[in-house]
Amino acid sequence: MKLAGFLLLVAGWAIVVFAVALLPSAGPRATFVLAGVAVELLGFGLAVRSHLVLEADGE
Amino acid sequence: MTPFVTSSPVSVPEVSALVCFLLILLVPFAGVGLALIQCGLGRARSAAHAMLAALSVIAVAAIVYVIVGFAWQGAAGRPEHVLMVGGKTWGWIAAEPFFLRGLRLDLSPAALVVLLQVLSVGLAGLIPLSSGADRWRLGATCASTALLAGFTYPLFAHWAWGGGWLAQLGANCGFGRGFVDGAGSGTIQAVGGLTALSITWILRPRRGKFSDEGLPAAVPGHNAVLVLLGCLFAWIGWIGLNSAGAILFLGVEPARVVLIAINTTLCAAASGLTAVVVTRVRFGRPDASLSANGWVAGLVASSAAAAFMKPAAAIIVGGVAGIVVPLVADVLEFQLAVDDPGGAVSVHAVGGLWGLLAVALLTDAGAPGGQWLAQLVGMATLLGFVFPLSYGLNWLLDRVYRQRVEREGELQGMDLSELGAGAYPEFDIHGDEFLQR
Repeated sequence: MKLAGFLLLVAGWAIVVFAVALLPSAGPRATFVLAGVAVELLGFGLAVRSHLVLEADGE
Repeated sequence: MTPFVTSSPVSVPEVSALVCFLLILLVPFAGVGLALIQCGLGRARSAAHAMLAALSVIAVAAIVYVIVGFAWQGAAGRPEHVLMVGGKTWGWIAAEPFFLRGLRLDLSPAALVVLLQVLSVGLAGLIPLSSGADRWRLGATCASTALLAGFTYPLFAHWAWGGGWLAQLGANCGFGRGFVDGAGSGTIQAVGGLTALSITWILRPRRGKFSDEGLPAAVPGHNAVLVLLGCLFAWIGWIGLNSAGAILFLGVEPARVVLIAINTTLCAAASGLTAVVVTRVRFGRPDASLSANGWVAGLVASSAAAAFMKPAAAIIVGGVAGIVVPLVADVLEFQLAVDDPGGAVSVHAVGGLWGLLAVALLTDAGAPGGQWLAQLVGMATLLGFVFPLSYGLNWLLDRVYRQRVEREGELQGMDLSELGAGAYPEFDIHGDEFLQR
């Protein structure tokens, strides 16, 4: 689960970078940047949750 | 690959360069402050270890930065490797030689950038120290700092300060004036704070910190006087850092240092006082260590925007930091089981990100429109690139060289375990009698 969280973090950042570099107009660019940030937050939440599970397991 | 020069150098007249040089000489006080704070917030049985680790971190960071760090970071107006995408050039890494070869170390802007960075990269390295207090081995601390100063920090610093793609967001995409981070709310503080989160996760909590039910035990810092004295030193250092950073990275005229010093002070003051009030309301009495963290969070949040804020805005930025930081510290400890003895994650990561956001919300830094997107892209890069990179590097390091001290060493204290002698040999040192078994 932690790996999935970190992969989502990187994927969200990739969406942000590609939106900035490839999209020509302001509207879609802003939308995709926000979408990328949302994916990152999802990934961060997953990474936090996996850390909690590890702590509970006492690993 | 041929290096290109895609950005203009910051112009600093000689008299201004001298002013800048003198301001840079204040920056080590920020390191003194952070070192005292983390020492005071740690256990008495690890105090000497904490201070030696701080010195070692500053030393390793400076050496590694000079050997490889500046080669990746560079400075605006100097050669960099670029990617051509959509007919635009995006700088992604500097193209400087190792060991500062070929760079004249005089009062030129590039040389002043090197000096400021040699001193401030150690600040970024000091931040994770407080999150790993009482259990992070000295050797691992140095190795982790080398990774930070050699890779993570210079890469992001190039993007933000060296004319890289974040700085180019204004010219290439019309996002205000590009990513603005005057003196390192993101580049120094958030990078350090996110590395601190990586370290707490990799090291795991101190023994006895959380009960079987997950309830945290209070492990009080051993010297509140050191902590509060550290805040005062940090204040002096931050005035130098914010002023020099704004001159060198944003190109503001040196006359603005007065505004910057006032804003830095107001931010810290508002944040510290707000933290006093928040902890007074929450616990019935002001909490010294959380209030000190509030003070530092105000300094952290001021770094990005001190050159562009009006004083009233500085008070708002500080006030918000002073409310948010104690609350986030609570959430991290009680809800998320993060054992961060010095509050590095809440103070430096959250405070730093808030400072970056404040540039878009409360300053006149940006050209009309789009500044908030530039700031958001920068923050997304910290969370989506810097944090995974930092975690990955430290995770790999932990596989090769165990970062956490052995169980016996932790029970003994880091001083006896790693140094063979305590910081306070004539005093009784408390054991773990207040911890849950």
